[in-house]
Amino acid sequence: MGVDFDTVYVDDVSRHYGRRRALAHVTLEARRGEVLGLFGPNGAGKSTLISILSTLLRPSGGGVRYGAHTVGDTGDALRGQIGVLGHDLYLYGDLTARENLRFFGRLYGLDRLEARVTDALGRARLSDRADDRVGSFSRGLRQRLAFERALLHAPRLVLLDEPFTGLDDDSAQVLIERLRTLRDAGHIVVMATHDFDTAEAVVDRSLCVDRGRAWPVADGAGTLRERYRRTLAGRA
Amino acid sequence: MGFLQTVWTIARKDLVIEARSRELAYTTLFFAVSVVLVFSFSFVVEGVALTDAAAGILWVGIAFSGTLALGRTFERERQSDTLKALLLSPVERSAIYVGKLVGVLLLMLVVEAVVAPVVGLLFQAPIGRAPLLLAGLLVTGTLGFAAVGTLFAAMLIRAQSRDVLLPVLLYPITVPLVIAGVRGTAAIFAAEPNLAVAQAWLSMLVFFDAVFLTLALWVFGPVMGE
Repeated sequence: MGVDFDTVYVDDVSRHYGRRRALAHVTLEARRGEVLGLFGPNGAGKSTLISILSTLLRPSGGGVRYGAHTVGDTGDALRGQIGVLGHDLYLYGDLTARENLRFFGRLYGLDRLEARVTDALGRARLSDRADDRVGSFSRGLRQRLAFERALLHAPRLVLLDEPFTGLDDDSAQVLIERLRTLRDAGHIVVMATHDFDTAEAVVDRSLCVDRGRAWPVADGAGTLRERYRRTLAGRA
Repeated sequence: MGFLQTVWTIARKDLVIEARSRELAYTTLFFAVSVVLVFSFSFVVEGVALTDAAAGILWVGIAFSGTLALGRTFERERQSDTLKALLLSPVERSAIYVGKLVGVLLLMLVVEAVVAPVVGLLFQAPIGRAPLLLAGLLVTGTLGFAAVGTLFAAMLIRAQSRDVLLPVLLYPITVPLVIAGVRGTAAIFAAEPNLAVAQAWLSMLVFFDAVFLTLALWVFGPVMGE
């Protein structure tokens, strides 16, 4: 069953871990062709929100719709339209870069797999390290590979948790360009990060997440960081 | 992607990683042989083994080394949170479970192929008396043990004390399997072998396998959902 969607709707979503509240009544939309930035202090609930959007976690209350679909009615097919770059990179250290991409490509049932893998290695600028074990890579190289792994199946919804971690300046700029390309190609990108300066170059809309609640970062003058701080101070 | 293709993709990935590192094969094999060797000093007196000791030691070695293999297999999935990546892929979750199970099962069977002859040698156990029946007991017993163990190891992947909790949960539930394996094997190794009794225990193991596999396939998806 093919599943596609233009908008992701998060409706009054709450999530509790035992007695601890990670998210409380969060409502938002993420639309096709936009990069939505999630900003907030550590432990604010950003990663929990990403996990719920990725279908890994179920909300304790509220729900998420992917266009007209929900996790319950589309099952496995929906996950084929979601790509996730987590804080942990989801790569096998004992496999080579090429084997990692090939393995995940097979799980996603991709056609033209070898061509896609070669292209992905090229975009990650790892063609010369394709047959080296990932365990021997630096954090930055693994981050680049993990990013391309998340995009190998051309997902509609791209979820990124701290995508700039470990990247040098050049790699961060390449990632920014890649995110712009994704946006222009009609993907929905949701990105949680603390890197305001880098993210400002690409985010279309920003949300401030704090103590499990989310609201738009204030418009107006100043950099993204300054507007975020104003928003946070106004809600304190 | 079809169920069996997914199973094979995941199992083959585990086997490639193991063939490259050989970490699990060496540690479980060394551990199992050590267990058998240590027990042989207690239960073999003047070259004669205590009655039924060989069967018991063989299955203790299998259970202990299997627990080690299960824990380490999922430790690999924990290191870079790759189990999440498997759960995020558009494949049936039961296929992920069976793929992991096949990988563990093959590894345990390789270990048993070495440990059984060692038991035969040290305890003068007649492992060649009914080889197919013995192989059947080992394969079905190991399948049931690995079926339960794979489920628990996956469930405990995020638990801090998973190394302690795995045997605590696993052994009480697999006791019927181990007892059936021991009694069936003892019936083959006995001075007066009773192959009909061994076959009865084999049937019991097949029954346990069916129950454990069905339950594990049923609960793996919902349990991994959180």
